[in-house]
Amino acid sequence: MLFQFIRRLSTSPLTRVRHPKLRRSTHYATLTDKDVNFFENLLPRGSVITNPDDCAPYNIDWIKTCQGQSQLVLRPKTVKEVQAILRYCHEHQLAVCPQSGNTGLAGGSVPVFDEIVLSFTSMNSIGDFDENSGVLTTDAGCILQTLDTHVRKFGHTMPIDLGAKGSCLIGGNVATNAGGLRVVRFGSLRSAVLGLEIVLADGSLLDCLTSLRKDNTGVDLKQPFIGSEGILGVITRVALACPLAMPGVGLGFFACSSFEQILSTMRLARRICGETLSAVEFLDESTYNLSLKNLKRAQSPIEPNKFYILIETMSSTEEHAKATLEKLANTALDKEFVTDGTLAQDLTQYQDLWAIRERVPEALVADGYVFKYDFSLPPSRMYKLVEETQQRMKPFSNVRNVTGFGHLGDQNLHLNITVKNGYSDEIKHELEPWLYEWVAKERGSVSAEHGLGLHKSKYLQLNKGEQSLVLMKQMKKMFDPKCILNPYKVLPYQID
Amino acid sequence: MAIRILVGVKRAIDYAVKIQVKSDKSGVVTEGVKHSMNPFDEIAVEEAIRLKEKKVAQEVIAISCGPPQCQETLRTALALGADRAIHVEVAGKDYETLQPLAISKLIAAVAKKENVDLVLLGKLAIDDDSNQTGQMVAGLLSWPQAVFASKVDIKDKKAEVMREIDGGSETIRVKLPAVITADLRLNQPRFANL
Repeated sequence: MLFQFIRRLSTSPLTRVRHPKLRRSTHYATLTDKDVNFFENLLPRGSVITNPDDCAPYNIDWIKTCQGQSQLVLRPKTVKEVQAILRYCHEHQLAVCPQSGNTGLAGGSVPVFDEIVLSFTSMNSIGDFDENSGVLTTDAGCILQTLDTHVRKFGHTMPIDLGAKGSCLIGGNVATNAGGLRVVRFGSLRSAVLGLEIVLADGSLLDCLTSLRKDNTGVDLKQPFIGSEGILGVITRVALACPLAMPGVGLGFFACSSFEQILSTMRLARRICGETLSAVEFLDESTYNLSLKNLKRAQSPIEPNKFYILIETMSSTEEHAKATLEKLANTALDKEFVTDGTLAQDLTQYQDLWAIRERVPEALVADGYVFKYDFSLPPSRMYKLVEETQQRMKPFSNVRNVTGFGHLGDQNLHLNITVKNGYSDEIKHELEPWLYEWVAKERGSVSAEHGLGLHKSKYLQLNKGEQSLVLMKQMKKMFDPKCILNPYKVLPYQID
Repeated sequence: MAIRILVGVKRAIDYAVKIQVKSDKSGVVTEGVKHSMNPFDEIAVEEAIRLKEKKVAQEVIAISCGPPQCQETLRTALALGADRAIHVEVAGKDYETLQPLAISKLIAAVAKKENVDLVLLGKLAIDDDSNQTGQMVAGLLSWPQAVFASKVDIKDKKAEVMREIDGGSETIRVKLPAVITADLRLNQPRFANL
């Protein structure tokens, strides 16, 4: 069974092989036939997966950096089923890996060893949408894009948008406090979460599922669960405030000769587009070229240059969205901040230009094994890190590309290094902890939006002080005393 | 001797929009819905601009018939490289009942007045799928027509056009002035650069 896995997914060895220092805790029980029988009796047919081939996709993450060895995948449909599952696992000390859309980028969504996968893909009934408050109450297992299509019928939109929207589930989005492309406009996901229904590690229900904009009564218990990556409790239902969908949309894609010009364009966009600004993204030359190659676009839509910036506007009227963008384009050209650009003339061009940015992650995966980093940094220092990394990677012949791109409007850099011939320990040690220490020196964040998962938990102390760590561990102990939820991740793992 | 081209552009509901039927079933919802240049007209404009870049054409005039919003569409044509734009204003009730025959008469009249050598249109508009205007303009002007063009070569006041037909393609030669309508594979339209 083991060797079948390795042969089929040769670019990613088992997590336990890649991280030999990580040891499966003896604290957890091993799955027995008795346990499997219990779940088969509890859940309807199709909700219990034990066949190794069928378990395989649940054991490996989207970017192929982690592979676990779970032998049991459970897919409950109702909250009561989730409660019964956790109650049993709690009693029998079975470790559980809660899994949403499995699109996470920090290795937090798949088992490390043989944790039972608790998948939410079947828990997908879209609940109610209240037209007066704009609040959607829904199951955690609904696909983000499906929810967006649903609320658009009422003239609203989901408060987040990310490239993974066709696969990610809202529960996972909330558990990671997903960022995405429109934080500039809608703020963080956290600000849109009005209520949560949570099942705790022992199977008990924590009902914070109100759909009220304002509720200052006592301590807001749902807050720690947002962004907790499944270590405090499992989210089963979500109440989200959905903003109005704006009918008028404009998109500008511009090329600049330097990162300073990119920043000047961004500042100009903020002033000129004002309240219509809805997205600010940037790409460097190598990201842009890789993306065009992946999209099979022979021709660049604009005159190529070293950097590219994407500005989107949204307004209640088409005229206004287009007007502010046109003014920006003309002013940026006059001041020579940009060397070329294009404004989307129709929806197809809008989607085509966005695809250049949205589909970068798949372009990187197509280029080789990806070392993926996600940092918050002061914008003036952001590209310096990419340049220094490029220098550092020069002596390595198997490094293909060092790319920088990201949510410029949120000071969020995505730094990715693509490597041929699969994962390399040598490259990993050249990058880490150097990158994280560089970011920590700038007082940036070691993980802006991707979360800590498995890969970054050991760098948490570079970002948060002693006292924070102590309190986080205390909270974990309080909510999950037996430590069965998503072990080995997020908080720095201590070997038994 | 470089030719002069008249390109027809129609403002239609955007190709990527999900069409909704009005609740009284009298038509489709157009209010507040994204409109843009008919995709086949984009291809026609692109071809005209390429002919200008090749110095085969010296002037490209864009024309659109409809309400004031058509000026947006004409502005797009200008941004893509057209030299002039003519807006034939047809508004309100008249626009609702505007049919290909009337549009053909308008385009034919302008083609004669502007003394152009070539009328380039999209093969059809995606809102009505009529596929009539190009053919009728040729008929009204008594000009040759080469419709569903997937390749156009112009030399010495003659056009060699490969056109899409049932069962494949055929190549014909027409003398200018003529009417050519653009099919999907004629070219890949460019983005309008600043």
